[in-house]
Amino acid sequence: MQTKRTTFRSYWLPYLLIAPQLAITLIFFIWPAGQAVRQSFLQEDPFGLSTKFVGLKNYVKLFHSAEYLASFETTVIFTLCTATLSMGLALLFAVAVDRMIRTSSAYTTFMVWPYAVAPAIAGVLWWFMFNPSVGVLTYALDVMGYDWNHRLSGTDAMILVVLASSWKQISYNFLFFVAGLQSIPQSLREAAAIDGAGPVKRFFTVVFPLLSPTTFFLLVVNINYTMFDTFSTIDASTAGGPGQATTILVYKVYEDGYKGLNLGSSAAQSVILMGIVMVLTFIQFRFIERRVQY
Amino acid sequence: MVENRPFLTFLAHLVLILGVAFVALPVWIAFVASTHDQATFLGGTMPLWPGSNMWETYRTILVDGVQSSGAPPLTMMMKNSLLMALIITFGKIAISILSAFAIVYFRFPFRVLAFWIIFVTLMLPVEVRIMPTFKVVADLGLLNSYAGLSIPLIASATATFLFRQFFLTIPEELVEAARIDGAGPMKFFRDMVLPLSQTNIAALFVILFIYGWNQYLWPMLITTDEKFYTVVMGIKRMSDVADSDPQWNFVMGSAMLAMLPPVLVVVFMQRLFVKGLVEQEK
Repeated sequence: MQTKRTTFRSYWLPYLLIAPQLAITLIFFIWPAGQAVRQSFLQEDPFGLSTKFVGLKNYVKLFHSAEYLASFETTVIFTLCTATLSMGLALLFAVAVDRMIRTSSAYTTFMVWPYAVAPAIAGVLWWFMFNPSVGVLTYALDVMGYDWNHRLSGTDAMILVVLASSWKQISYNFLFFVAGLQSIPQSLREAAAIDGAGPVKRFFTVVFPLLSPTTFFLLVVNINYTMFDTFSTIDASTAGGPGQATTILVYKVYEDGYKGLNLGSSAAQSVILMGIVMVLTFIQFRFIERRVQY
Repeated sequence: MVENRPFLTFLAHLVLILGVAFVALPVWIAFVASTHDQATFLGGTMPLWPGSNMWETYRTILVDGVQSSGAPPLTMMMKNSLLMALIITFGKIAISILSAFAIVYFRFPFRVLAFWIIFVTLMLPVEVRIMPTFKVVADLGLLNSYAGLSIPLIASATATFLFRQFFLTIPEELVEAARIDGAGPMKFFRDMVLPLSQTNIAALFVILFIYGWNQYLWPMLITTDEKFYTVVMGIKRMSDVADSDPQWNFVMGSAMLAMLPPVLVVVFMQRLFVKGLVEQEK
């Protein structure tokens, strides 16, 4: 790993400098993660008096549980919908801003501020707009003849959380797409234009392929976001319901562990999620290394 | 722009205006809701234009608190949020810049191991290890305290990476010159590294402040004493009333106030914010 050619020499100072970070990491990250792994092989009796080693039983049970598999499916649907919607809209807005010269910074300011809104508050805001008794959008849908009720309909609830999560994420994707568009050399587009390609054709044959590194990077980030950060959006809007309709994997860890006190199962779910994050982080870094090379 | 196409320009403006409207809509509705009184919502329709009850609403939530749903005054919750956000921000910056300095400017045994241990924190968000982390904090007696609210969130791989990346771009000659002049590592850190890192620190500050302020699950788990409620989680408690409709004007007023500080930070420090965000991911 890289250091400076010239370094300082000291036997104790570097350890002292790195100690606070390491201490916090060990106490609040590594140790609890280790506990989760240990707990996932244990089972507590219903009174919490004794625990016994049960091997992989917690995992086997999970993968035979219809609820857990349904939660997997919910997560996949939720992630795909949110990533597609927020990235699609962000790309559309970024392409539009890219045409602007004088007004681009004003539009950008109006676009980026939702980044600062807490996911939980995004959930509350959309939950209010879709509230079955006073919601504005519920009213509008009612006029159009659709009876919206996310407390009863799983599909409605899913649409609600997808909208709230995408709304929050558009600003982030927008900024990266704008940066990506600006790094495409103008000469390429001009050359395509001289060869007679119109704006639409230019977008699909020149601009979009050149944006693919940005798009791929954002895809990974968005998957990460929807799988973990949207916990608060969901908790503040639908609380995983109705039934299990919006219980994504992270939410299930919380429900089974903190509310249901089924520690073994919750720990096994944590371990599976850690595995997923590791794979995602690995992909992200592999990709970033590749991007640096060219 | 390659060629002049008035229609496309018009279309782009239209898309953007619709986009800005889409982005602003939920907040506008929340604002409108916060300016009406409780009775307005009983009718079942929600007005689209602000009413006259604005000062009343904000005074109630800021000073008195919404007693009926057990929420303390918002000023107190906002103070807690601010404290938590600032401790997290400064804590993260301080410990990351120190550890990045150690990793780049020293060669010591277990250096790579230390780096990997820090790296692992990236892979373990609070959400996936809720129960065991909660237990650790409870065993340490940190429930219902500012330390418990902030310290477990202070470790940061991303900030450490950002500083490491930046330190690697500082010219070698500076260290050499400093060493020839007889400066020790800490003097070099104070007089060279810190001033050079100013922009990076400021950019990180914006990102981390937003991160800290917006924490939700963690404060919810470890605070049971309303003295330590933060505003983002407090809103959820306000909207979660049993057997009746929430008091919409108060909930939405609180939501407006809760998003105000981070949004202002983003709007007024947009350049730094964009820098911090885009570089963090490099």
